[in-house]
Amino acid sequence: MLAKRIVPCLDVREGKVVKGVQFRNHEIVGDIVPLAARYALEGADELVFYDITASAHDRVVDKSWVSRVAEQIDIPFCVAGGIKTIAQAREKLAFGADKISINSPALSDPSLIDRLQDEFGRQCIVIGIDSYYDADSDCYKVKQFTGDEAATKDTQWYTQDWVEEVQKRGCGEIVLNVMNQDGVRQGYDIKQLSMIRAICDVPLIASGGAGTMAHFKAVFEEAKVDAALAASVFHKGIIDIQALKRYLQDNGIQMRL
Amino acid sequence: MSNDKDSTIIIDTGCANLSSVRYAFERIGADVQISDDLTKINAATRVILPGVGSAQAAMASLNDKALLDTIKSLTQPVLGVCLGMQMMTNSSTERGNFAVKNSTDGCRCLGLIDTEISDLDSHGLPLPHMGWNQITPTAHPLFAGIAAGSYVYFVHSYRAPISQYTIAQSEYGEAFSAAIAKDNFMGVQFHPEKSAAIGAQILKNFMKMTRDSLSPQTAEVAQ
Repeated sequence: MLAKRIVPCLDVREGKVVKGVQFRNHEIVGDIVPLAARYALEGADELVFYDITASAHDRVVDKSWVSRVAEQIDIPFCVAGGIKTIAQAREKLAFGADKISINSPALSDPSLIDRLQDEFGRQCIVIGIDSYYDADSDCYKVKQFTGDEAATKDTQWYTQDWVEEVQKRGCGEIVLNVMNQDGVRQGYDIKQLSMIRAICDVPLIASGGAGTMAHFKAVFEEAKVDAALAASVFHKGIIDIQALKRYLQDNGIQMRL
Repeated sequence: MSNDKDSTIIIDTGCANLSSVRYAFERIGADVQISDDLTKINAATRVILPGVGSAQAAMASLNDKALLDTIKSLTQPVLGVCLGMQMMTNSSTERGNFAVKNSTDGCRCLGLIDTEISDLDSHGLPLPHMGWNQITPTAHPLFAGIAAGSYVYFVHSYRAPISQYTIAQSEYGEAFSAAIAKDNFMGVQFHPEKSAAIGAQILKNFMKMTRDSLSPQTAEVAQ
């Protein structure tokens, strides 16, 4: 049986792993490769590296660490951050990334998804979506350039529409990051994730809000996501990955132990 | 022949996961080289055929490099990984992105293992089949020491059906071949290079193989 995945996310800034609260006030957590190796050893099923400054500052991720990660860790990993061209994507994949994740550049030019899919196949194309609940319209909407508060802007996309669009264009997986809950550890947005799950035919990764083991249990049981992504609870040692996976397995959720 | 230096070649198919496969062999201490040199590939103790992307594009790449006949004539252990496994079969219904969209022909493959690749029927589960799934291996030496229920990492939307060539199976909506083999040719649908300790064990098992360690039929040919 296919196991549900636990995915630590390492936000990368200036070559270091950082974590902020609601995308702000970033503090350095540690070096990339040792943290990656540690998570792999502790039972992480996959890793995601987001260069959170890349799109906002019109740069691409420094590639040298990608091959260092690929050399040392024996689980899959995804690289995100400012990938706007086929050449930039090819470079990350050639250095050993299993997947590339596109967020802001896909919003600027949705045809990028089609072109990446044509070139590499949809299995390695992940679309990251930063979604927020807009209380005024009582709707979920998509934000762009969230890596930098000053550059962050609203888009015209409702989250459901964008989820449909990126699947139509050929992505292989979606990471739905719910901004209102990011970093504050109040739990995943089950309501929104369930709604997106119903229209998502590719694997769906929940992101944003994990604070306790029960939050992971709820998102797998209620929103039926394929994977749950979290950062601060792992970086700060609040939740141990092995203990989390045993807890979930004991609660009837299929885990690779 | 027994005096030949032991060598393992990863065929340079021009695809993107070459370095991941090489790193995985290096992590288990194996000495591997990436090459598309026909002489080196022929002389190798064992050969790895990697691949990601579409069957059509990968077969075109092998054709461009004049590697098709060389691969077909190999008698040493050959391990296909993911798309590399799929290319060992007769054909794939995956037409790729450069093919004529309304063509009904599948993509012709190497024809080394008598089975065909077609769409994985996930019965409504999300596709691609992505993540860690359990395998049930047979007694094939590639899976020596690998228990039924072990997890390996998959990413694919096409699959080889269960057949007489199945040496490990898995299930996602339907049962399918997680690995197939015939004589010296074997292929795995999953990614051993990304499958942590279980994957490393499978690669170690492969590194123990030689022409002579394979099936009686192959051993006869080698003598």
